[in-house]
Amino acid sequence: MTDNITSTGEEEEKTIYDELHDAPPKKKLKLTWVGKLGVTVVAFWVVMALIGPYIAPFHEADIIADDSYLPAFSTDSEGTYILGTDYLERDILSRIIWGARTTIGISFVATLLAYMMGVTLGIGAAVAGGWTDMILSRANDAILSLPSIMLGLLIVVALGTSIPILILTASLIYAASVFRIARALGQDIMVIDFVEAARVRGEGLWWVISREVLPNAAMPLATDFGLRLVFVVLFISSLSFLGLGIQPPAADWGSMVRQNLSGLGYGSYASVWPALAIASFTISINLIVDDISAKSGGSLAKKMI
Amino acid sequence: MSELLEVRGLKIEAKKEDGTPIPIVKGVDFVVKAGQVVALIGESGSGKTTISLAALAYTRPGLEFCGGEVCLHGEDILTMPPLGQRNLRGNRVAYLAQSAAATFNPAITIGEQVTESAVLHGVLTQEEANIRAIELYGALELPDPELLGRRYPHQVSGGQLQRLMAAMALIGKPDLLVLDEPTTALDVTTQIEVLKAFKKVINEEGSAAIYVTHDLAVVAQVADHIVVLYSGEVQEQGSVEQIINNPQHPYTKRLMAAVKPKPTVDLASDAVDARHDREHDNVRVENMTAGYGGIIDGKPAITVLRDIDMSVENGHVVGVIGESGCGKSTLARVIAGLLAPAQGSISLDGKILPGNMLSRSRSELQKLQFVYQMADTALNPRQLIGDILGRPLQFYHGITGKENRRRVNELLELVELPIDFAERYQTELSGGQKQRVNLARALAAEPEVLLCDEVTSALDSIVSSNVIKLLSKLRDKTGVSFMFISHDLSTVASFADEIVVLYAGRVVEQGPVAKILAPPFHPYTRLLISSVPELRIGWLEETMGKREMAVGIARGVEITEVGCPFYNRCPMAIEGTCNLDTAPVHEPSSGHLIACHCSLEDIIAVEHETQQILKGFEGIGDKVDINPTGKAAVLTQEHF
Repeated sequence: MTDNITSTGEEEEKTIYDELHDAPPKKKLKLTWVGKLGVTVVAFWVVMALIGPYIAPFHEADIIADDSYLPAFSTDSEGTYILGTDYLERDILSRIIWGARTTIGISFVATLLAYMMGVTLGIGAAVAGGWTDMILSRANDAILSLPSIMLGLLIVVALGTSIPILILTASLIYAASVFRIARALGQDIMVIDFVEAARVRGEGLWWVISREVLPNAAMPLATDFGLRLVFVVLFISSLSFLGLGIQPPAADWGSMVRQNLSGLGYGSYASVWPALAIASFTISINLIVDDISAKSGGSLAKKMI
Repeated sequence: MSELLEVRGLKIEAKKEDGTPIPIVKGVDFVVKAGQVVALIGESGSGKTTISLAALAYTRPGLEFCGGEVCLHGEDILTMPPLGQRNLRGNRVAYLAQSAAATFNPAITIGEQVTESAVLHGVLTQEEANIRAIELYGALELPDPELLGRRYPHQVSGGQLQRLMAAMALIGKPDLLVLDEPTTALDVTTQIEVLKAFKKVINEEGSAAIYVTHDLAVVAQVADHIVVLYSGEVQEQGSVEQIINNPQHPYTKRLMAAVKPKPTVDLASDAVDARHDREHDNVRVENMTAGYGGIIDGKPAITVLRDIDMSVENGHVVGVIGESGCGKSTLARVIAGLLAPAQGSISLDGKILPGNMLSRSRSELQKLQFVYQMADTALNPRQLIGDILGRPLQFYHGITGKENRRRVNELLELVELPIDFAERYQTELSGGQKQRVNLARALAAEPEVLLCDEVTSALDSIVSSNVIKLLSKLRDKTGVSFMFISHDLSTVASFADEIVVLYAGRVVEQGPVAKILAPPFHPYTRLLISSVPELRIGWLEETMGKREMAVGIARGVEITEVGCPFYNRCPMAIEGTCNLDTAPVHEPSSGHLIACHCSLEDIIAVEHETQQILKGFEGIGDKVDINPTGKAAVLTQEHF
């Protein structure tokens, strides 16, 4: 150190590199084992959603077993029911594997849509301000003030039950809360100097939203994404329970939990397995998100949005 | 004298994620004797704050003590049980943080907060503590000691709050006071008042102190012993006389060299032609009034700037100087179009600009570039440096692809940064490097005028002197004009061609640097100039003896609608005139304007008087520091 100082003192030109000693090193994004566990579990369920129907022992709608609520590893003439059977004598493992496609697919697409709507409008409202903000925010308040299940029922009953309608309903309802978060984040970022620097440069609205505000809001929004996905899974299973969600005999995890609840009274784990599936999927998403935001690398967060 | 605090072989480390230790403090030894003020001096990152906190047996989260000992009265406080350490903190050792504004709770009265620690530690009862607090307010020369305790923090000024924090620390009569950069965030005129109060109260209370700072000139005023730190190691330590007058270590010498000299004028080199020629003006501000809130009848709800007339000539550097809150940043924001003026006009190359940036054309925006004070917030943390610099090139000049990347590299070279920084993010650079990128982005637009808002105030002395050097080089290379805003007169003086002195939203004096820094002065300019600390022992006492200090220090700025804004702090104020009428403008020499009610003759006469007082300052210096016990006066003679 001492030599370094002496030499820089003599050579005028070198002095500025003195400042380098406290420059933080270039960051690299590395997941810890927790994050890696999350990635593994999510990847497993995504693979199941893709190839599930080809590897599942039975069809989701097959009523094959001799009895309902059979315990795990029961065997009969049709084969072995690894996780037992449900209230309609169907194989639970097969239904979970089939259900991965509906549950993950619908809730993921719905959440993604909710995010596209909520973030675009929310950040747009924060950036534009004034009357645009006022109108969008009040409209949003109106949606938020309606109980989500009631609103969902209303739309589904009016427009009929189908998967596209279900996705649109869920995304509309959850876009409202995403709007709230995105607008609050956007407003915080709007007052930071670099946004002002872009505006004083003459940049348009779209540049400010997409390049200045959005990348900086990405991390907190991604964290929220995991949480919102869980809500959508639960919302869809609530609708299914009322008979307006995914139509039988198609399996989805949420309705499997509801339908088999009565089995708990007979000591059956039939409703626990799909609940574990929901938990493992949603918790794993949160693990990944937490791990990334813990050492916010930047590059990956950008890709996530 | 006995050793109050002994630090021996102190080592503090941080840990990386994989567990490799990063040494922060690498074996530091020093001693604080009773009643002595020891200064820890170094750049940011030198470990000075970490070491000073060790005197409270505290480390910031993520750091840990790895060796050595810190003995208070011979007892190692690092190995004490947590309860013992708790009893020590705020009681026997007290800490004064850098920002008083962030330390005080805005919802609790000052009196309650000041007395809290003494009552909590059971040293004093609430009544005793209240009486002691009032004594301390008096000793710290705070106004209205009896009633001050009932106020809330937002009801007093920044300098007063800083002194109140000293009262908070001293309430329990601690043996040792740890002061962490207590004046760094303050204006020079406030700094001098706080320094004076600290010095007096430390003398009176007889407590020892550790004074952490990066400012050698401040240290020269308050310390007995100096410890020079670099990268967690002691480079040199010795008495204040030895370090200031006869530094041995090359690093100390470098620190001394980075201290900006007292603003002086090199008349030979600065023979700037002062003719004001409209055709050579880049930016001209005429009769401009601006402020915040809705505008009614050309008057904003809160007026920040009033009747501003100034201009930036082609290729010139105009320094704008004033205390915080005087409106200097607002002036730059109005010129940049971020705030539309309520009255008056801004013109660029003779053409009047629309007030709001949204109505300005792209080429008008391109010609005026704003450089923000805080590079941390001015650069998007999610964009690569290369993209940040490349965008203005693409936006204003349509340069894309390989040519864009080549120009980015040129810009990085221009601001003396390695080319591979283009692939980094802002968070991966140090403070000085970020400020260089910030400048490079403004230069990428190829502007005619750069509006620099306090670009060096957040940086260390060595880093900031490098940035100033760079700015002068850029000016020579690119021929761009600057409006350079700062509260630091010496920085401005070293770089500017002309200076505009702002006070409470009005221009009180403007002209070429040589004219501003030489008599005749506006009374406020003189106060500013004499408040800049000098690297000389005894400067503080000497300065406080001057007449304008007695009047101008320790009084708040009042923003007035009529009359001269400086009225309540001016030693020459004429009642019935200065507070009622707008000051007329004198022009003692071409291009040099002073707004003052006093005639030029009077101003010059006072100047002579001040010079005479200065010659006989010895007597006055002693008088200022006299107090009932007479102890301080004795100390003063010993040390200075």
